[in-house]
Amino acid sequence: MASFGNAFSSSIGKKLIMGITGLFLILFLIVHCFINSLIFLNDGGLTFNLGAHFMATNWLIRGSEIILMLGLLAHIVQGLRLTFLNQAARPVKYAVNSGNANSKWYSRSMGLLGTLLLIFLIVHLSNFWVVSRFTGIPTEDANGHEDLFAVMKETFQNVWIVVLYVLAMASLLYHLLHGFASAFQTLGWNHRKYSPLIKSVGVWYSIILSVLFAAMPVAIYTGLIK
Amino acid sequence: MSTGNMNLTLKVWRQKNNKAKGNLVDYKLSEISPDMSFLEMFDVLNEQLINKGDEPIVFDHDCREGICGACSMYINGRPHGPKEGITTCQLHMRSFKDGDTIVVEPWRAKAFPVIKDLTVDRTAFDRIIAAGGFISVNTGNAQDANALPIPKLQADAAFEAAACIGCGACVATCKNASAMLFTSAKISQLALLPQGQPERYRRAQSMVAQMDAEGFGNCTNTGACEAECPKGISLENIARMNRDFYAAKFVSEEEV
Repeated sequence: MASFGNAFSSSIGKKLIMGITGLFLILFLIVHCFINSLIFLNDGGLTFNLGAHFMATNWLIRGSEIILMLGLLAHIVQGLRLTFLNQAARPVKYAVNSGNANSKWYSRSMGLLGTLLLIFLIVHLSNFWVVSRFTGIPTEDANGHEDLFAVMKETFQNVWIVVLYVLAMASLLYHLLHGFASAFQTLGWNHRKYSPLIKSVGVWYSIILSVLFAAMPVAIYTGLIK
Repeated sequence: MSTGNMNLTLKVWRQKNNKAKGNLVDYKLSEISPDMSFLEMFDVLNEQLINKGDEPIVFDHDCREGICGACSMYINGRPHGPKEGITTCQLHMRSFKDGDTIVVEPWRAKAFPVIKDLTVDRTAFDRIIAAGGFISVNTGNAQDANALPIPKLQADAAFEAAACIGCGACVATCKNASAMLFTSAKISQLALLPQGQPERYRRAQSMVAQMDAEGFGNCTNTGACEAECPKGISLENIARMNRDFYAAKFVSEEEV
């Protein structure tokens, strides 16, 4: 019987896992960013809470959440593994190495940027995900939905949390600036007709998404959104 | 022999053999001509070392016209030095300034062990080629030229991939010491042509397997290889190799 052999354990297979999970997370971030951006309606979080309520109760979304967590875990574990494997491929380092002459610093720092994002994720998930899924949101809004917006407002009163979030979004920006186009290259999508489009969409996606996300804690802390 | 007026300080990696621990050694050079090639400058240095009774610096070189891929120095943090699209033998001393300090190291990768000084063992590349970088043809009379029509774009892309001289600069500069640019060029030059089709998917699998077995790192698409390649081999080849590999693993029913 024909088998997939070492399809996923080979060097290209390991990249494939990073690329597919990466693109999956990129899709997730669009949904995440869209729903969170509802706070910018500045309606006391009513629309945002409605969105959060839908995400928390729709069985299809809850099912996808499991896939999301598995994808996230695969991306983290595989990323860390690859970082260590790649370091081992050069046991003696160069005394002088001019990396900036031939590549972008963030493309060479995906492991570091990813680790910063991992630290942020631990804080972020315990701030919101654990509260909304496990320990429970204490209050309800005027429409009778769980008031996740109130949890958000309370969390972002702490200036250090706001600073951490903004720094993490800077990491996300650079992680995506390389990751977006890189994922397509790994999947073999290098094409004269599409690659320029993929590159520019990747840049705009990274900037818009990171800026929107970073604006949320800042807007709440400064009281622009009530 | 020296007729120029450049004074240089060289920091060169000296290592007795594969087992020994190496270190950077300082050498002062004077009256270097800006018209010398980098390798000729090393010839001058070696002559001086021999006259002093020291052991000359071992470094790889052969054709000295940029087509053999033998020369392999990591100069001031870049393979083949500061210029783009050239090998070390095509680098001239006019690319440096009087009084410069130049650090020269060997290619560094687990799969490229140092043999002595600046010479590394690049036979890992030969083994990748031997694993499938060829086509099988029947003996007998050669076919008529142009008997097989090949679209111009395909022929050009195959030719561009075939320009790879196997110098190893891609591995040397890659932060992961990955050999994907080399391997993908050697796969592409055949995969793009009709003669390469019968073994196309077997080739992609065997060569990638050999590349992994040699201990090269994994590609993270930084693009450093493409920027440093003396022959301008494109990242498009890596994407093509990935496609062939996926097709072989997920679509083809043939086992390798």
